[in-house]
Amino acid sequence: MITFLADTFHLLQRHIRTTLRIPIWIAVTLIQPIIWLTLFGQLFRRVVELPGFEASSYIQFLTPGVVIMTAFFGAAWSGMGLLEDLNEGVIDRLLATPIHRGALMAARVLHAALTVSIQAGIILLFGLVLGARLPGGLLALPVIVLLAALLGAGFSAISNGLALLTRREETLIAVINFFGMPLTFLSSAFIAAELMPGWIRFIAQGNPVNWAIIAARDAMQGQAWAEVWLYTALLALFVLVASSLATYTFQIYRRAI
Amino acid sequence: MSINVKIQPVETGQTIEEAGLAISVKGLSKTYRNGVQALAGVSFNVRRGEIFGLLGPNGAGKSTTVRILATLTQPDSGQAVIAGHDVSREPDQVRQQFGYVAQTSGVDKYGTGRENLTLQAQLQRVPARQIPDRVAELLVWVGLTEAADRLVNTYSGGMKRRLDLAMGLVHEPGVLFLDEPTTGLDPETRAALWQDLARLRQERHLTVLLTTHYLEEADHLCDRLAIIDHGQVVVEGTPNELKAQIQGDTVMLEINGSTEPVAALLRPFAGVLEVIPNGTAVLARVTQGATAVPVLLKALEQAGIKVQAVTLSRPSLDDVYLHHTGHHFAANGTAALESNMTDNKA
Repeated sequence: MITFLADTFHLLQRHIRTTLRIPIWIAVTLIQPIIWLTLFGQLFRRVVELPGFEASSYIQFLTPGVVIMTAFFGAAWSGMGLLEDLNEGVIDRLLATPIHRGALMAARVLHAALTVSIQAGIILLFGLVLGARLPGGLLALPVIVLLAALLGAGFSAISNGLALLTRREETLIAVINFFGMPLTFLSSAFIAAELMPGWIRFIAQGNPVNWAIIAARDAMQGQAWAEVWLYTALLALFVLVASSLATYTFQIYRRAI
Repeated sequence: MSINVKIQPVETGQTIEEAGLAISVKGLSKTYRNGVQALAGVSFNVRRGEIFGLLGPNGAGKSTTVRILATLTQPDSGQAVIAGHDVSREPDQVRQQFGYVAQTSGVDKYGTGRENLTLQAQLQRVPARQIPDRVAELLVWVGLTEAADRLVNTYSGGMKRRLDLAMGLVHEPGVLFLDEPTTGLDPETRAALWQDLARLRQERHLTVLLTTHYLEEADHLCDRLAIIDHGQVVVEGTPNELKAQIQGDTVMLEINGSTEPVAALLRPFAGVLEVIPNGTAVLARVTQGATAVPVLLKALEQAGIKVQAVTLSRPSLDDVYLHHTGHHFAANGTAALESNMTDNKA
C-alpha cells in the first residue's frame, strides 16, 4: 500500500510538472466553456420563462451544467496523453519497473481530477461574474468542484482504459466523439429535466454526467442536500469501478502486445 | 582418504545461480493475434558478466524475446529465468533484476534529464536518500551533466540514447537489456556508444543482453552471440568460435591475364579446398590462410605468373550467417523475405 501511494505520488508529480510547463493548455480548454456561458447565457436567456424551470436566471441554471460538461470533456480526452506515452515508449519503460500497475492509472486519474478542479473553479467564478448566485451559501463552491473532480476522474479512467485497448489515436477520437455529445445532451445540462421527453429523462437517470449536473445544480441552489450526497456517493463508486476496469486493461495490453 | 561428493537437491533458482547463468531461455514461442509467429522455440543461455548478442534481421524475433524477458509480454509456451526468477511466474521479482533500454527511447520529453533519472530511480525503489548522488554520478558517467537541467526535447539523438542507458542503470541492476541500442544513430554516435558499453562491462561487471541487426556490432561488442532467424536460434557461440566453424580462409589473388590456368595450377595443392576464377582474380578457399599464402605465391612465381595483389580474409559473421541460415544477411530483412518466397515456389 505504501509503495502504491509512493508510486502514484511520484508519477503524479511528473504529470503536474508537465502541465505546469505548458499552462497555456489549461487556458485553452477554458475558452470553450467561457464561450458557452456568455453565448448560451445570452441566447437562451428567456428559456427560464418556460413553466418547469425553477432557476431564477438561465446563467444560474447553465453555470453548473457548463462546469460539469467541461470536466467531462476535459477528462474524456485524457487518454490521449497515455497514447502519446505509449507511442514514445514511456509506458513500456514504466511497465518494466516494479511499480504497481494501479499506480499508473491512479496518477493519471488524480491528475485529471486536479486539472478539472482548477478549471471548474475558474468557470464557477466566471459564472458568478455573469450573474449566477449562490443562495445556499459558499459551501456550494467546494461541493461543485468535488462533483466535477469525481466525474472527471471516472471518465479519465475510462478514457485511459480505452486508450490502452485501442492503442490508436483515430479509434480513441472516434469513440470519444461518438459518446461525448450524446452523454451531454442526454442530461439536464441545457434544459430542465421536467422539460425533457420521457425517454431521454429515463436514459439520463443512468448517465453519470447527469448525476453530476443535478447534484451541482442542487448545491448551487442550496437545496436537496440529501440528493447531492447521494449522487456524490454514486460518482465515487463510478470512479472506483472505472479505475479498476482501467487498471485491468494493462493485463489485456500485456497479452496483446 | 576418500572424496565425498554430495549432491544436494536444489531449487531451480539455485541451479541456475550455480551454473553461473544470468539468463536461461528454453523453448520460447509466441504467435501474435494477427497470426504472425514471432518465436518458434527460442533457447539460449547468458552467463553472468558477459555481453551476449541476439543477432538477426528485422522481424527475426529479437525484440519479442527481449520484451518477454522484460515481462512486457507473455510467451505462449517455454520458460525464461532471470537471476533465478521465472519471468511468467514471478514478474515482480524479475522486474527488480534488470534494466531495460528499449528500441523506442521511452524518456519523458517534457522532463529534464535529471528529472527523468530521478523518477526512474524512485520507481525502481532506490532509497530516497541515495537518489540525488546516484543521479549526479550517472549524469557524469554518460557525460550529460551540463545538459542535465535542460528538457529532453532539446537533446540530440545520441544524448537521448545515453540518457536511456543511464535510466537502465539507475537501480544498479545485475542484468541490462539493450534492444537495438544503436539503430538510427550516426556512425560517430554509434562508436561512442560502443565505447560506453565496453566501459560498462569493465567497470560495472553486469550482464548485458543486446539485440542488433548489425554484424559488425555483434562481432565487435559481444562475448557470445546467438544468431536468430525466423523465430529460432540457429547457432550460439563466441564470434570467433562461430567463424572458426566455417572452414578455411579466403585468399584472393589478382592476376594479369587468364585466370583459368592459374586456378588449375592451384587446385591440387594440399590445404586448398576450392578455387574459383573470378574475373581478373582467383579466389582460393584454404584451410589455413597464413601457411597457404607463401606456398601458393611460390608456385605461381615458379610458373612465371605475376601476381598483382594478394588479400587474405578470415571468415566473417556474414559467412557464418550464410552457412547457418542458407541466405545472406540483410539488415532490412529482404534476404529473409526472398528466401521465403523461393521456399514457397518450391
